[in-house]
Amino acid sequence: MPGPVRILQDHPRLLETAYAATHQLLRPFRRWLRPGGGVEWAFVQAEKVGKGFLFDCRMCGQCVLHSTGMTCPMTCPKNMRNGPCGGVRLDGHCEILSEMPCVWTQAWERTTRMPRYGDQIRTILPPLDRRLEGTSAWINDYSGAANRSPAGWNG
Amino acid sequence: MRMSSRLERVLRSGRFAVTAELNPPDSADPEAVYERALVLASVCDAINATDASGANVHMSSVGVCALLTRAGYEPVLQVSCRDRNRIAIQGDLLGAAAMGVRNVLCLTGDGVQAGDQPEAKPVFDLDSIELLQMARTLRDQGQFLSGRRLESPPSLFLGAAANPFVPPYVYRAAHLAKKVEAGAEFIQTQFCFDAARLRQFMEQVRDLGLHERAFILVGVGPLRSAKAAEWMRTHVPGVVIPDEIVRRMGGVPVAGQREEGKRLCVEIIQQVREIPGVRGVHVMAFRQEELVAEIIEEAGLLPRRRADRPTLPDESQEVVD
Repeated sequence: MPGPVRILQDHPRLLETAYAATHQLLRPFRRWLRPGGGVEWAFVQAEKVGKGFLFDCRMCGQCVLHSTGMTCPMTCPKNMRNGPCGGVRLDGHCEILSEMPCVWTQAWERTTRMPRYGDQIRTILPPLDRRLEGTSAWINDYSGAANRSPAGWNG
Repeated sequence: MRMSSRLERVLRSGRFAVTAELNPPDSADPEAVYERALVLASVCDAINATDASGANVHMSSVGVCALLTRAGYEPVLQVSCRDRNRIAIQGDLLGAAAMGVRNVLCLTGDGVQAGDQPEAKPVFDLDSIELLQMARTLRDQGQFLSGRRLESPPSLFLGAAANPFVPPYVYRAAHLAKKVEAGAEFIQTQFCFDAARLRQFMEQVRDLGLHERAFILVGVGPLRSAKAAEWMRTHVPGVVIPDEIVRRMGGVPVAGQREEGKRLCVEIIQQVREIPGVRGVHVMAFRQEELVAEIIEEAGLLPRRRADRPTLPDESQEVVD
């Protein structure tokens, strides 16, 4: 992992500000942010490179970085959306990938440095919509697809 | 009306509860289950049927639970998210409830790498918190995750696990709060070999008021030997055994280590019992089920069954499974 990226990852406050700014920036263009066209193709490429570089993004299409301490929960080998699990090693590393720090341990710690969205880690996230894998999280956010929980979730 | 679980009634009556883990056999013979259940049943309020724990395949937890309810025992169905997706799990919850299962422990599950078939596909379609909330919706709203209505919803007492003994220590109680929010009514913790750490955790739990919203049972178990302790803490995910415990076990001649492990377990039960908010213990005696009765007795937790029943106000309305 390159140094500058590492430093950026350790500044969740900067990242959450960047997230909020991007959200504001894209908002006026939301009518063009539709799934299934050239715009989405461009977004998918950009997200793969940008978020892949920064967060080791797995393209689940339902980005929740601001609810998870600006760490990608999909890098958790158990794909937990509400972690951590009980298998975390004493050195804070993953039960499954012993050389990797537990993303959820990092997530909870980083939220303390996120004044804007930090508290969102306490909100229960719904099960993933597996159909959105490989699509653009930004477009899904504006189209509403990323925010639709299963119909029977939460009654 | 909701057909309540026996475990739930014991806990609500204020009695210190005891649950024990049954290790499912590598066998298709029901007698293998009944033999194990027999030694546990008279000393505990409910029997946990593990779901391929440590990712090692054994008889399924639904199968074990169905056998147990047939014989009148009170099982806790353990459900792990490792091997089944949301469709399979919802079906299993209905099937188990139809077989008379009233308690479910919702787990994310150990990774497949921990088990005997690490080449298997890990599923993890849900995590334990999503599973809890799904099970609660199944029960309270009478609907599947899809929104489709059930003809008759299952009656379930929902549980979750907690591990106060691994990082991130300071957030473990906050994470437990999410589980309680998602529907956990009882909690069974990972093995406790560190009462001091548990005390710190319980302090946070009480600060958040979680001990009033969920019944907390502390996981305990006898170590078979110093060697077994060493093996467990290096191979079983989430099990933390402090050095001083391993040293204490090793300080005893090998022939006496089993007895020492039992004594240690009794001591830990007595310590955790004094911690405010702890409502019971969950005894996990891997391949040492025969020790559970002695441990419960020596910890002063006998007699168990029926003694509390006359004090329950709603006993007359109880529906017997």
